[in-house]
Amino acid sequence: MSDPFANRGNRDASIVNPRGSGTVDGTRASGPTRPGRAGDAFLIGEAMRGGYGKADILNGCTLAVEKGQIAVIVGPNGAGKSTAMKAIFGMLNLREGSVRLDGQDISALNPQDRVRAGMGFVPQVANVFPTMTVEENLEMGAYIRGDDFRQTMAQVYELFPAVADKRRQNAGELSGGQRQQVAVGRALMTRPKLLMLDEPTAGVSPIVMDELFDRIIEIARSGISILMVEQNAKQALDIADIGYVLVQGANRYTDTGAALMANPEVRRTFLGG
Amino acid sequence: MSSNRQADAPSSPLRAPLLFAAVAVLFVLEGTLSNAWFSGSWNSALTILNMGLLSAVTALGVNMIWGYGGLFNAGVVGFLALGGLAPVLVSTPAVPGAWAAGGPRILLALAAGLGALALATLVARRSPPRWRVPLAAVVVLAGYALFRTVFDPAVAAIEANNPAKAGNIGGLGLPVLLSWPVGALFAAAAAWAVGKVALGLRSDYLAIATLGIGEIIIAVLKNEGWLARGVLNMTGVPRPVPYELDLQADPDFVARAAGWGMDAATASGIWVKLCYAGLFVVVLVALIVLSELALRSPWGRMMRAIRDNEIAASAMGKDVTRRHLQLFVIGCAVIGLAGAMMITLDGLMAPGGYNPLRYTFLIWVMVIVGGSGNNWGAVLGALLIWFLWIKAEVWGPAAMALLTAPFPDGPMRSHLIDSAPQMRFIAMGLVLLLVLRFAPRGLLPER
Amino acid sequence: MDLLNALVAILNFVVIPASAYGAQLALGALGVTLIYGILRFSNFAHGDTMAFGTAVTILLTWGLQAGGISLGPLPTGLLALPVAIALTSVLVLVTDRLVYRHYRRVKASPIVIVMASVGVMFVMNGLTRLVIGVDEIQFADGARFVVSVPQFKAMTGLDEGLALRTTQAITLVLTAAAVWALFAFLNRTRAGKAMRAYADNEDLALLSGIDPERVVRLTWIIATALAVAAGTLYGLDKSFKAFNYFQILLPIFAAAIVGGLGSPLGAVAGGFVIAFSEVALTYPWKKIAQYLGFEPAGLLQLLSTEYKFAVSFVILIVVLLVKPTGLFRGKSY
Repeated sequence: MSDPFANRGNRDASIVNPRGSGTVDGTRASGPTRPGRAGDAFLIGEAMRGGYGKADILNGCTLAVEKGQIAVIVGPNGAGKSTAMKAIFGMLNLREGSVRLDGQDISALNPQDRVRAGMGFVPQVANVFPTMTVEENLEMGAYIRGDDFRQTMAQVYELFPAVADKRRQNAGELSGGQRQQVAVGRALMTRPKLLMLDEPTAGVSPIVMDELFDRIIEIARSGISILMVEQNAKQALDIADIGYVLVQGANRYTDTGAALMANPEVRRTFLGG
Repeated sequence: MSSNRQADAPSSPLRAPLLFAAVAVLFVLEGTLSNAWFSGSWNSALTILNMGLLSAVTALGVNMIWGYGGLFNAGVVGFLALGGLAPVLVSTPAVPGAWAAGGPRILLALAAGLGALALATLVARRSPPRWRVPLAAVVVLAGYALFRTVFDPAVAAIEANNPAKAGNIGGLGLPVLLSWPVGALFAAAAAWAVGKVALGLRSDYLAIATLGIGEIIIAVLKNEGWLARGVLNMTGVPRPVPYELDLQADPDFVARAAGWGMDAATASGIWVKLCYAGLFVVVLVALIVLSELALRSPWGRMMRAIRDNEIAASAMGKDVTRRHLQLFVIGCAVIGLAGAMMITLDGLMAPGGYNPLRYTFLIWVMVIVGGSGNNWGAVLGALLIWFLWIKAEVWGPAAMALLTAPFPDGPMRSHLIDSAPQMRFIAMGLVLLLVLRFAPRGLLPER
Repeated sequence: MDLLNALVAILNFVVIPASAYGAQLALGALGVTLIYGILRFSNFAHGDTMAFGTAVTILLTWGLQAGGISLGPLPTGLLALPVAIALTSVLVLVTDRLVYRHYRRVKASPIVIVMASVGVMFVMNGLTRLVIGVDEIQFADGARFVVSVPQFKAMTGLDEGLALRTTQAITLVLTAAAVWALFAFLNRTRAGKAMRAYADNEDLALLSGIDPERVVRLTWIIATALAVAAGTLYGLDKSFKAFNYFQILLPIFAAAIVGGLGSPLGAVAGGFVIAFSEVALTYPWKKIAQYLGFEPAGLLQLLSTEYKFAVSFVILIVVLLVKPTGLFRGKSY
């Protein structure tokens, strides 16, 4: 039986416009927040279990990051890294487990309200508004702010001078690296307490990658916690305060970045020797 | 992804027979019960049934296009009307003098027009990109000028030929059943032309193109008097079944009618309608059998693969466009066949009656309510929706009278009752919306 | 002198009617293109929304007329228009809540939403028939002309007359204002930019804290306002007949596609392209040719007026063959 809501192979551009359509249910209303637990890390997604269909992708994985620290998630393809990020951001319904941020249990919030609670998320792909200018992209980042955000915008431009020169250009016309910078800049515009990055260096050149990692360290030093998924595991663990190795939706190794790098088994299995 | 209960529930093997039986009961009630809701007249029941069967054939065509190909045809009415042209051109008697007045000239003009389009395509393909558009435009304009020069005098001559009674080119006087496949061919040819242009490589724009071609075909039928007398309507399309008056004059039939306990007038009406119903059922069943066989063939499996697996489909690239074009042409041919059958049933070509809401979108309601992709569903949906569509016109005022019974008679109440027949539009919309919402697979889900 | 006469004739018979018609198409196409860009489907109910909104305007106009309220030289319909927009918006928002929202929630393919819009089309059509019937209705009152033919002839001394009807002038002024306001809204305001952001990338809009349901509601309200305005202006200019509003769906869709579906600027341009082509191709140019010193044999009418829908269709096909993205890069490719 086919999905009654599928498009039956229809490609009719004169009546449907699948471009830019979303995967997250935007109609879901938030539930209440509850107090967190004593001794929690700044952010903790605890014992998360869930997935898209009937089969779970996350099997009780736990991720945590302290204030101003960098946490890196690595693991093989299909380990549920991106899914874990989405779960923390409320883009995926959890069957079990909870997400707590800054002393609040935010498990019942929808993604929009998690942004208001202080989270920023940079997806791996489709992370800019292509037909809007760089400046408008940043303005959209500041959408929830009622105050004057010009200072934050200046800070973003200071952090990423390359995109500052292109502020009137459409984001869709930028190079891959510049687009990532706009994407990170957009997420910073809310002045989040926690910034989540899904493979920020995917598809950019090594020079741009080093540059991006430098900026990420800078952002963390300003007191923003970072949680990121990375393919370039070695470089990422180098700058990580804490590292998570996920396998099949569960934690395999959890340690400081340096310790994971020193662990011969982790090196052999996950870091390619 | 889907969160409806229907998705996981296995459908009972009795579902289809029960639903068909329920629809049959509706028709029997219409034929036997005489009250505010049913007319109690078999003539009425059979009239509804015959149009329902024709709607079912049309719905089968739409179901092939949408259910198997995922293509949105918004111009069903146009293909239906084009098919209806066939009985007029094939089976009405020749008009004396019409062909001599301008027949060959019209054929020449049409050939010139088509030739110009073909030449323009050729020119556009062969010339360097910079010159493509201007050159093709010049060829098309020159071709159009030539077409009008040859065409206009011929039309004037034909329309001047006995304008009060004819003024049209006339038919070939062949048996009317022969016109049915011709109607299918007409619609298929138009579908091929539209599909060729509108089914692109990466994405298509068939919906808007068919919406346009539908309007244009109707406009042509209304305004080209030489073709089928336009808005003057073409009467006297011959029948494949006996005429009521002949039956009533036939003593054998009158005697038999008396044997059934009916007067000859009623019996002749019923007999004629039964003959039509028999013909339509034969066509309908043949179509269902053919399309079910096609669906189980390798060709049909490929169609379903294309529909259900977009990755595989995109990997096949250009082939998908070809398959879609095939499906579209075949589906439109079936619609054209239905159009020809409809004109045969009515014995009348009245282009003013082709309303897109009734002949395009109501057919869509039938297909979706019946169950997209299921042939039996399309038939069930057509019979049920058509019955409701006709009866809602009667039921609307009756229901409104009942609803407003507590209120005193007055202008408000009479306005409500007067406009209640319009409720059938609302009712059909609601039926579609409710089915889409609560049973998106339709009454008979696709297997 | 003859050259002037020819110019005046062109203005009178082609430019002025085509501009007014183009403006009405543009307003309709803007609504279609906004819904296509933001809600991601072509709304088959748009024509019937126009018809329903116009029917409400007419009922309100009758009410105002009965109460002795008028706008002097301007049609009373203009006074009724804002209220009609508000009432129709409420109906459309209720429809969205009851019908379309479900499909957003289950992330149905837009083609399913197109089907739903066909259902809504039936309901809207029935509602329009229920409240006002299917007959042709004239509801323009006030002064008929800004400039009439005799006035113009007396003013200029030319043989050829020129008329500018009040409704045409109002159509042009109101459309200019509406288009300006819409563009200012989309490009300068926070809510307008949020709508563009949602059109670009739904998920990222969500991740920026934009409430998608707010964007959707706003889109419906704007599209409805444009539709009701377009329908009322069309009705004032010509007349109201429910079925004509279904037929106008084709030129409106054609305008939106010719301009580039999803592009507001394209919708406006497309509306005028379709309208000017339609009027120019169905106008008999004989008189103008005579002023220019030719003696044509025929009427010089390229296409009879009955085939005006063919013009939309042919332009559509040509544009899609030559420039598939439309005049302004739309979102359909």
